[in-house]
Amino acid sequence: MKQVLEGSQAVAEAVKLARVDVISAYPITPQTHIVERLSDFGAEGKISAKYLRVESEHSALAALIGAATGGARTFTSTSSQGLALMHELLHWASGARLPIVMAEVNRALAPGWNIWADQTDSLAQRDTGWIQLYCENSQEVLDSTLIAYNLAETVNLPAMIILDAFYLSHTYEPVDVPEQDLVDRFLPSLKPKFQIDQDDPQAFSSLVTPNAYMEMRYNIAQAMDETISQLDSIEGKFHDIFGRRYGAIESVQCEDADIVMVTSGTITSTCRQVIRDLRAQGEKVGLCKIKMFRPFPIDAIRSTLQNANKIAVIDRNFSFGATGIFAQEIRAALCNLPRRPLVFGYVAGLGGRDVTTGIIESIYRCTKDTDVPLSESIWIGLQEVSDGRARS
Amino acid sequence: MSIVANFDLYAPRLVNKEEYFVHGHRACQGCAEALAIRLMCKALGKDAVIINATGCMEVVSSLYPTTAWKLPWLHVAFPNSAAAGSGVSAALKVLRRKGKISDRPVKAVSIGGDGGTFDIGLQALSGAMERGHDLLYVCFDNEAYMNTGIQRSGATPFGASTTTHPAGPASTGKSAWKKNLTEIMIAHNVPYVATACPSYPIDFIRKVEKAKKVKGPAFIHVLAVCPTGWRCASEKAISMGRLASETGVFPIYEVVDGKYSLTIKHDKLRPVADYLKLQGRFRHLSPDMVKQVQERVVQEYNKLLDKVDNLHAWSELKG
Repeated sequence: MKQVLEGSQAVAEAVKLARVDVISAYPITPQTHIVERLSDFGAEGKISAKYLRVESEHSALAALIGAATGGARTFTSTSSQGLALMHELLHWASGARLPIVMAEVNRALAPGWNIWADQTDSLAQRDTGWIQLYCENSQEVLDSTLIAYNLAETVNLPAMIILDAFYLSHTYEPVDVPEQDLVDRFLPSLKPKFQIDQDDPQAFSSLVTPNAYMEMRYNIAQAMDETISQLDSIEGKFHDIFGRRYGAIESVQCEDADIVMVTSGTITSTCRQVIRDLRAQGEKVGLCKIKMFRPFPIDAIRSTLQNANKIAVIDRNFSFGATGIFAQEIRAALCNLPRRPLVFGYVAGLGGRDVTTGIIESIYRCTKDTDVPLSESIWIGLQEVSDGRARS
Repeated sequence: MSIVANFDLYAPRLVNKEEYFVHGHRACQGCAEALAIRLMCKALGKDAVIINATGCMEVVSSLYPTTAWKLPWLHVAFPNSAAAGSGVSAALKVLRRKGKISDRPVKAVSIGGDGGTFDIGLQALSGAMERGHDLLYVCFDNEAYMNTGIQRSGATPFGASTTTHPAGPASTGKSAWKKNLTEIMIAHNVPYVATACPSYPIDFIRKVEKAKKVKGPAFIHVLAVCPTGWRCASEKAISMGRLASETGVFPIYEVVDGKYSLTIKHDKLRPVADYLKLQGRFRHLSPDMVKQVQERVVQEYNKLLDKVDNLHAWSELKG
């Protein structure tokens, strides 16, 4: 049934449909609408999950690590400072191979204190062993949350559904909310590969010496690699039931493109319009949306981007002392190709600043009109520049 | 008659003969904490899950692929055994309700050392106790960060020399007094709070049994003598725990629904010097400092006696 939902509410609907057993969360703007909606479901008797209103994000994830080891399907949600506080246990959840699912609403890190969209919070967690899925609209949020449970429970790794603050978390859109019996077909109840059992007591997260630790890490690496092919087959199953699929990346008119724009999150939707407008003007431009950032779908990215002459990566994030984080990863993915396109890295929209069609078109023009990148990172729309870097 | 044969004669009536924390762990000689864990497990029986904060007991008992635990055992970092325990408790409850696991009650038991409880884990412990989970928390307090090498904690007593606050020409060891964690737990209106020591094994076992029966939060603070960190003879671990009680340094009591009672009583307290002089960590204390400790111990003990004599159970205070 179609409903008009915020991205936050779409997450909550999916968590209800997934028949989650234990929810544990701590409030932080702009994630609060997710946990408030779930709390309403609980108060109305629409979900039977046990909801732990913990005293910190660190404890939110700790409680889920305990609950997931107990065999429960689990959910939490956070943003920014909260995700940073969880950092220690993000590593723990993946190391313990627990299929915990989290909705992470991208928000800038302080100072300056800023509650608006910025991807640096989740991208700073890229080495923690979590699957990361960046979403573009509310339908994708709902669908990806269901897919994330299936995926996480298949490969025994935790998964993060990531949505931009306000642009997605607080924006209302029509969403097809699937029927419960169809969701049950796609996502049966969790059958844990290991769990707390009085009749077969096990020790979890023991002390491990150098002669076994590396093999455990290698197992996680293998599970991450497997995630890419599993996403394809799980989305196939999802498509059979619901008629929708997304892919680890999405390629829009890249086949004959001279320049391919690379985006993630809600900037993608704006970029789709720009691509249409530019194509209408005869420009040979394409769009590559990266949905899955961990594991990074290197093969798909190479085959999509290798025939272009120039790549323009738009990063709503930044790694100080380096570059935008998507740009880094794209450069690394392409560097061993015999013929590589030039990669232009653009930093835009930090701290929730709007990235308009005009800005995206200016990024395209800058890429087209420049033979080689003037610097590794081109900051867009700066109100003051002192070092002569490009500005639009 | 050997101790073992003697044990067979009378102990089955007092103590569960099953072992759930077994030989092969790597605790130091004379570790009273390992003994306390063994006794706790006997009192808990088969239907318990242990959630262990990082610390000595985690490290000595769990070297992969071995384990000293015959109960399900879970280690989740340093600051959060109470939070992870609340998650285990919630999962077991909801999965039982949904018919996904067997219907018999299983107790979630979070444990931690003094560092993991008094210091880095205090917030998570406070949250778990406030939320009122069916969760028993047992703190095994050896009065410093012993696992990392005898560093000062909020549980380290006044004057003790540790590796991060050593005694020396310009230092007399820890300059602050020990935090009163038990009172912090009582302030949470936890229905069962107790102190215990494995030097009084039957008292400790009975307290674990009582705490296990509480349908809600419960907290036990165990003094665990650490010969390595206290710099005392390993064969003195048991008598040292008794001295802690006999001098009033560590009174052994329980608080049931707000009603205080001493479960180990002494007609007259022994001088604290009897306790301090056997431990290398206090060897630098001047007579003046020993006097300071003596006065503080008596004052704290009298505060406790005042509560034992004058405070009522909550049920007696209803409007």
